[in-house]
Amino acid sequence: MKFGIVQFPGSNCDFDCYYAIKNVMKIPSAWIWHKQNEFSGFDCIVLPGGFTYGDYLRVGAIARYSPVMKAIINFARKGGLVVGICNGFQVLTEARLLPGTLIRNECLHFICKKQSIRVENNHTPFTGMCQKGQVLQMPIAHGEGCYFADIEIINEMEKNNQIIFRYSDINGQTSKEANPNGSISNIAGICNKKGNVLGLMPHPERNIEDCLGSGDGKLIFESIEMYLKKEKILQNN
Amino acid sequence: MWSVSIDIGLKKGVLDAQGKAIHQALLSLGFTDVKEVRVGKLIELKLEGETKEKIDKQVKDMCEKLLANPVIEDYRFKIEEQ
Repeated sequence: MKFGIVQFPGSNCDFDCYYAIKNVMKIPSAWIWHKQNEFSGFDCIVLPGGFTYGDYLRVGAIARYSPVMKAIINFARKGGLVVGICNGFQVLTEARLLPGTLIRNECLHFICKKQSIRVENNHTPFTGMCQKGQVLQMPIAHGEGCYFADIEIINEMEKNNQIIFRYSDINGQTSKEANPNGSISNIAGICNKKGNVLGLMPHPERNIEDCLGSGDGKLIFESIEMYLKKEKILQNN
Repeated sequence: MWSVSIDIGLKKGVLDAQGKAIHQALLSLGFTDVKEVRVGKLIELKLEGETKEKIDKQVKDMCEKLLANPVIEDYRFKIEEQ
């Protein structure tokens, strides 16, 4: 099992992801440079947070046309697991691997704080180790995290269980007060229809150990690990 | 040489947080007649090409692929020969 962590100019959570996956999770990991046209041997690709290309034009818009994105789109089309965290999520929506987009926070502030999110769907490769309705603590740090999509798309995602995380209070109530950035329907994380591409604004890699809060972020990486192990067993049989 | 000016704005119904903040600031300066503010961007290009039709097609393609995000933005542009 091997994770690939993509480095774009302006990525700044790349080392956090690497540390979380390699040092804490003990899963072999390697960098993927944005100029690479291809890669092989990876089971899961992570697009980390940051400010790719200085957030020029629109967040994620320039990174979306990096050479590596063609390979990532192919990898995702073949069913490979892809996770975009924060700016990585923004890149995935610009690349149309995920529906909708992320716009300026309703309050206009850059928000950096602890946040509760509720697990809406635990039947995904990314949340198998969570309980449905479980409240996780994960830091958020973004200026453009307000999720937006047409109501038809929201309804379709709801129907397909593509909404994976919602902002909530500590008790799991998804009220307006618990919504930090004005996202439609308190959306904090979504997956594609096929279920192999996840995008989320909160940072699981920043709450990976007990000393960083609660270690809840570890559940996401443990879920992926469990899913990939099961896949390998199925393939070998 | 052609000069193209592309006007990109948020679609109706998309929350414009910047526009709202600017609106508030204008009101507090006493411009109380202002009813709405929407913020967009202006992109100016200089490019070479044989015909206006070709430029039109190219710029449309640029907007669809990169310059605007059709999920939230509308665009329009003007082409002038220089």
